[in-house]
Amino acid sequence: MRLLEHLPALIVAVPLVAAPICALLLRTRFPYWFAIAVAWATFAMALLLMEQVLSQGVVVYALGGWAPPWGIVYVVDPLSAMMLVLVSGMAAIIMPGTLLGIGSEVVRRAKRFFFAVTLLVLTGMLGIVMTGDAFNLYVFLEIASLASYALVAMGSDRRSLPAALNYLIQGTIGATFILIGVGLIYMVTGTLNMADMAGRIQTLEGSRPLQAALAFILVGAAIKFALFPAHIWLPNAYTHAPSMVSAFFGATATKLGAYILIRFIYTVFGDEFAFGHMGIAWVLIPAGVAGAILGSLVAIWQNDLKRMLAYSSIAQVGYIALGIGLDNRDGLIAAIVHIFNHGLMKGALFLVMASVILRLGGANMTQFRGLGRRMPLTMACFVVAGLSLIGVPLTVGFISKWYLVLGAIEAGLWPIAILVVASSLLAVIYMWRVIEVAYFETATDNRPIKEAPLQLLLPTAALALLCVLLGISTEFTVEIASRAVVFLDVGL
Amino acid sequence: MSALSSNGVLMLLAVAIPLFGAIAIVLLRRWPNAREAATLITGVALFVDVLMIACAMQGGATLNLVLARPIVGLPLELTVEPLGMLFALVASGLWIVTSVYSIGYMRAHREKSQTRFYAFFAVAIAATMGIAFAGNLLTLFVFYEALTLSTFPLVTHYGTSAAKRAGRIYLGILVGTSIGLFLIAIIGTYAVAGTLEFRSGGILDGKVTGGIAGLLLVLYVFGIGKAAVMPFHRWLPAAMVAPTPVSALLHAVAVVKAGVFSILKIVTYIFGFDLVRGLDATVALQIVAAFTVIAASLIAITQDNLKARLAYSTVSQLSYIVLAALIADRAGFLGGGMHIATHAFGKITLFFCAGAILVTAHKSRVSELDGLGRTMPWTMTAFLIGSLSIIGMPPLAGLWSKYYLIEGAWFGGSAWLVAIFAISTLLNIFYLLPIPFRAFFRSARADDSLVRREAPLACLLAIGITTLGCLMLFLFPDSILELLGGAITGGALP
Repeated sequence: MRLLEHLPALIVAVPLVAAPICALLLRTRFPYWFAIAVAWATFAMALLLMEQVLSQGVVVYALGGWAPPWGIVYVVDPLSAMMLVLVSGMAAIIMPGTLLGIGSEVVRRAKRFFFAVTLLVLTGMLGIVMTGDAFNLYVFLEIASLASYALVAMGSDRRSLPAALNYLIQGTIGATFILIGVGLIYMVTGTLNMADMAGRIQTLEGSRPLQAALAFILVGAAIKFALFPAHIWLPNAYTHAPSMVSAFFGATATKLGAYILIRFIYTVFGDEFAFGHMGIAWVLIPAGVAGAILGSLVAIWQNDLKRMLAYSSIAQVGYIALGIGLDNRDGLIAAIVHIFNHGLMKGALFLVMASVILRLGGANMTQFRGLGRRMPLTMACFVVAGLSLIGVPLTVGFISKWYLVLGAIEAGLWPIAILVVASSLLAVIYMWRVIEVAYFETATDNRPIKEAPLQLLLPTAALALLCVLLGISTEFTVEIASRAVVFLDVGL
Repeated sequence: MSALSSNGVLMLLAVAIPLFGAIAIVLLRRWPNAREAATLITGVALFVDVLMIACAMQGGATLNLVLARPIVGLPLELTVEPLGMLFALVASGLWIVTSVYSIGYMRAHREKSQTRFYAFFAVAIAATMGIAFAGNLLTLFVFYEALTLSTFPLVTHYGTSAAKRAGRIYLGILVGTSIGLFLIAIIGTYAVAGTLEFRSGGILDGKVTGGIAGLLLVLYVFGIGKAAVMPFHRWLPAAMVAPTPVSALLHAVAVVKAGVFSILKIVTYIFGFDLVRGLDATVALQIVAAFTVIAASLIAITQDNLKARLAYSTVSQLSYIVLAALIADRAGFLGGGMHIATHAFGKITLFFCAGAILVTAHKSRVSELDGLGRTMPWTMTAFLIGSLSIIGMPPLAGLWSKYYLIEGAWFGGSAWLVAIFAISTLLNIFYLLPIPFRAFFRSARADDSLVRREAPLACLLAIGITTLGCLMLFLFPDSILELLGGAITGGALP
């Protein structure tokens, strides 16, 4: 099959070409159906690529037939493949609900372009995880970021504009830092191809520009990653963006920061330079633990549940950073598995918010009163995803936590292990507040409230179900994460 | 996954039957009689299944079933060993009796949301079976958490603000200790031992230094909050807001015994007796448990609310079993195992009586019980027998467990524990016996009616069965002792 060989190019090209077409389709219904088709097509391609990676190992594709050091090359290793499945899968699952979900949450004038911009975000995200070229990564990062700012700004809530501006400023600083880092590496290695860079960096230990490059990239990625204390843009952006956008971002956006960090640390700089020479564990572990604890603590006091979930995301990002910072096999598995698992649960939780906002006009604690009776299925999904966020056994959250605590203990960091579980106990508190209100209190008004429409309910239920299924059978997630770890660094 | 053997099916059914029962209960919600029939049929089916497992185990069959493989090298696995067999027999047998009692109680009390009650009750029993038959520590932890979560709706059944507050304490302590300490201990054990299997002689021996082993033991004893060792005991009195059948089966038998069962099992099969006996932490923990025994008894004396008094009595009795586990020898193990069974029968009888008094005479305080012996003679007689069994008087079951506990303490070289057991027995008398004495020897208050009115028949029937159980266990303790003895000689464990 000729077409299958070109999958790595097609998976990025299809949404890229589809986006302007989508903008040209005039009525909102057409772009909606078109975007759904494109999202599912990319998801199918991602699954095919995953299958190829699992059966044949790494897939390398030279764009336009130009051989690696000169041309741009796409490299799909297990980590990339998993990110592809996560990003395109979330897009595919969330997309059918968007038309209803964005309802009153998107400014009327912007609705026409909503789907086109979403496809651009998708293009950028897929490109970031595909490419084996450092500058190309920056280009895709900017595509994804600029489109993301636009999506946040489309919110009909007036506060979404300052949130988007904030996001834009901080996101641009982050992206620029990454660009500076890439530039510095280019300066000393003379190449933009990641594999090439990696080979030459090994001979350059102690080079000052290289050290600066790592620092710039670490900070840049940390901003994209919303790693404490570079998380300031996230709460407002997630809270005031349309809920469907929050669902997509909550599941994917910060994960790309994590991906960039892992990719540069392990593939470009190498474990030895990053951890041995530069000691980035001293940044990642304290920042990760502080983020996990503080994010959860702040989440407890939130009245707006979208904001609560946003702070919870900051906490979860902390776990991922900690997993990377532990610099051992189980820690890295925990980080990679949690990238995927957290996507599932946060996606489900934000979709619940979308349903509640659609039916009740807001997602504050007051709207959740008595919701267990009014929207029983939606709340059931919330409970399942919430239990997973806490890390109850037989959910995906437990698997992540297991490997994270195991990694911490293997690194000899018992206090860190205890802090990790302490922060998940904080998650019990902030999730249980909501569950209590939903099941023990009665609604303040008597309006009849219907269950969420199927386009929203089915995706929510699917994600909640995955939270349990992938927590019982981890052959997919942990297996791929283990392979990714093997591929990233044989030295661990 | 390998093909299921017939023995594997038996194991699967132990967890599946109550779950199917829960589904049937929900489906039959419109027809209360059919719904209650479903509960009873499920209970009997489960007990038969557990009996068949017991027969198969005695026949020397290997019973083992892998449910899932969530973590590489750590399957979710069900298997049988003697201690778990005993726990499963006690819990599933008493579930039938409790179901009979519940029907009488819930109807006499005209409770709301009865379907939810019976359904979550069945789920809790499924979790209990999972704990009893857990093949490794991870499986045990999974079902332990499932038991906490499935009993939460039962504790908060009334939905009042008091229930909500109690629910917070319940969940806060049980989830907090289990995730904050128990899970850390499990992962720590896995990190040093490389396995979480239950093995005769333990998996930690020779793999860890005394310091780490001591730390793990401390994490286990406090992390298993269901064992209610002070200071993590507050959830148990809080859980008393639940309807009485819940307090009776779950908070006198299934949930609390799941806690001490886990500790007993971890000491025996994860640490091994030799390792535990050599640790400094063991003595410290013994002191904490002994303190719990005495302090909880003293608090029980001051409680006027009948269910609260019984709850503190349970806290005290649970630490007997924790002490038995920490003595870490044959007699201690036998005493601890026996006490799981004998205390279960005694305490469930007392709770049944407390519930019967509540629905019939609408009294919940000890000080209101004067003269009740005349209006409810059967109930109060059963209460007296249950009390005597817990105190350890012949001819009742409690004697045996106390006998082995004291033997274990004496020969285990910690004679001071014998004194603790003796003092605690005296305290038992102080907080339990005044209750039947008031009922029988004081005359009723003027405003109480003297009409003889007994509890609903279903309740009386259940009380009769468990009271008889206290007597039978005294007369025939051999089968239990033989069962438990098999665990230590090592022959029974794969």
